[in-house]
Amino acid sequence: MPESNRGFSAYFRRDLLLAYRRRGEVASPVIFFVMVATLIPLGVTPEPDSLKEMAPGIIWVMALLATLLSAEGLFVSDYKDGSLEQLLISPNLLVMPIFGKVTAHWITTGLPLTLASPLIALMLSLPSVAYLPMMAGLALGTGCLSFLAAIGAALTVSLQKGSLLLTLIVMPLYMPVIIFGSAVVQYSIDGMAWSGPLAILGAMLTAAIALCPLAIAAVLRLTTIN
Amino acid sequence: MTVNDLRFERDDIAVINDACLTLDDGEILQIEGPNGSGKTTLLRILTTALQPNGGEILYQGQILSKCRFDYLSNILFLGHQSALKLTLTAEENLSWITSELPGSVSVLNALERVGLRGYSDIPCHSLSAGQQRRVALARLLLSNAKIWFLDEPFAALDGQGVQFVEQCMERHVNGGGAVMLTTHQPIGMESVRRYSLVDSSDGEALDA
Amino acid sequence: MNWTWFYRMGSPLWFYQSTSRWLPLLSLITLALLTAGLAWGLGFAPEDAKQGNSFRIIYLHVPASFLALAGYFLMAIAGAIGLIWKMKLSYIVMKCAAPIGAALTFLALFTGAVWGKPTWGSYWVWDARITSMLILLFLYFGVLALQYAFNSQEAGNKASAVLALVGTVNIPIIYKSVDWWFTLHQPSTIKLTSAPSMHPDMFQPLLVMILGFYCFYALALILAVRVEILKRESKTAWVRELVEQLGRQKMGAK
Repeated sequence: MPESNRGFSAYFRRDLLLAYRRRGEVASPVIFFVMVATLIPLGVTPEPDSLKEMAPGIIWVMALLATLLSAEGLFVSDYKDGSLEQLLISPNLLVMPIFGKVTAHWITTGLPLTLASPLIALMLSLPSVAYLPMMAGLALGTGCLSFLAAIGAALTVSLQKGSLLLTLIVMPLYMPVIIFGSAVVQYSIDGMAWSGPLAILGAMLTAAIALCPLAIAAVLRLTTIN
Repeated sequence: MTVNDLRFERDDIAVINDACLTLDDGEILQIEGPNGSGKTTLLRILTTALQPNGGEILYQGQILSKCRFDYLSNILFLGHQSALKLTLTAEENLSWITSELPGSVSVLNALERVGLRGYSDIPCHSLSAGQQRRVALARLLLSNAKIWFLDEPFAALDGQGVQFVEQCMERHVNGGGAVMLTTHQPIGMESVRRYSLVDSSDGEALDA
Repeated sequence: MNWTWFYRMGSPLWFYQSTSRWLPLLSLITLALLTAGLAWGLGFAPEDAKQGNSFRIIYLHVPASFLALAGYFLMAIAGAIGLIWKMKLSYIVMKCAAPIGAALTFLALFTGAVWGKPTWGSYWVWDARITSMLILLFLYFGVLALQYAFNSQEAGNKASAVLALVGTVNIPIIYKSVDWWFTLHQPSTIKLTSAPSMHPDMFQPLLVMILGFYCFYALALILAVRVEILKRESKTAWVRELVEQLGRQKMGAK
């Protein structure tokens, strides 16, 4: 079997194909994101000035929740049908397939969120100057969120009620991403240089790409087959 | 391939204790034992999905950790689960597993030989359980791995299916490959060595 | 280098026996340190110029915070040792350190709230350290929940160990982020939880309390680990003998 086929691109493409075949399921987190974000003004206040204050935070918390919702299924179906075991006994490094799967997850979750965010921003009266920084921050930040959620998904893959536990485990790890993500938006509103927090998000994403697959591989090897 | 003094514990209970066996080219080794005696666990250890608590596994004279890539490139594992993605078609599944290009002749041929001609572009969730099994078994026709590890390959197969698997195995070992399988049923084949996990004794070649 | 001493330490029996010898002494030291520290700090240390008597809560708050954080690192290191050397005792230590650490974190948060009310008017203030401590509590909860969620003890141990390590890597990041976030939003407020220049008369009882808390942590951990060892090894010969022995002692006493 040719080596390169078993790595990143093979799993990346297959997961995207699988997601495409289950389009309805996969689209729900993004729709959830949009719906809930529009509910917040109903529960709080429609005043643009107050909404503007809260908008960065609301958008980021919604992105966080939507990512967590969709992360559970990252490894579960592979675990259930035996593909995970085949993956574990393949001769190639485990990190590349994992990287491929998580990237596919981001394309089906983080990327749509980023693209849908201007819509939410509009409804939450975010000043237009903040749109680009918000999307840039979301693009990088949701990447981090996907990788961190994948660690939680790997840890809870063999558990029955794994979803709540996944949320509990991953939430503390999300705090830094939220802090810097909403700071990017806030800085741009206040007229400060928003490239600073964005760079930090970029650094976090780089670290996540480098380190998370290793952790995930270790978890999958240790806890799934027993 | 040689296995020396393999030991595996789960929650402090020894599931496999001091297992020793060998597998050479052209051999079929049947692992037998009652349910729960650790047959699947043994296979899983030998495919490196599980780590043993003690003992060593040698492949072509070398410890497994040193020749991991070579070893794993040459094995095939078929377990209880089919490892098929149900939303993909039979052909897509097989071509992905065997890294063939879609629409390749060998995949379609293999599907034909397991009796699924014309089913190649139906999503696997529309196939019956038996048909899904046959898709999984089609891997036997497409693989060029040297060592096969088969976990209960005859389970839930009809007579035709059993015959198919036996023929595949025979062709494989005649071509220099090796097979290790677990099963309850007696195999209607010649020269199958047996290894029992209950009394850990190395069986001798038996004529069926 | 001869590593047998290291492997010997991994034997539950050895741990149980050697701690049996040290336990009485450790309990005495802990008791002495804690009572001395409490009495000194709560009773005899001078009043603070700005905060009056309410600052005395730091004699509980600061040691608890120290131990909460140190406890997490201990738990993670125990997990790492368990993963690398597959030492069961190490996993037991990790498992027992989790609830103790979580309780101490909660104590730190609680005492922080008690301190907050008279000093700044509210029970909860979103300052950097308190927020970080809250996140630490969540990290503890995650490890605890994961431990008990698995059917197989081994898988649960390994998963918790990896999670504890992932958390450890994240703690500095989290702390720095929260710190930055706090200064971003409240640049002009006073530093709420620092005691930069403490008078030695106030500082010395604090040292005593910190030491006392360390000993208390060690004591609590050792006791918990002993119980867990007995539970897990209940089928082995030495535990059965121990139980028989204790039974005979009780009978003899009657």
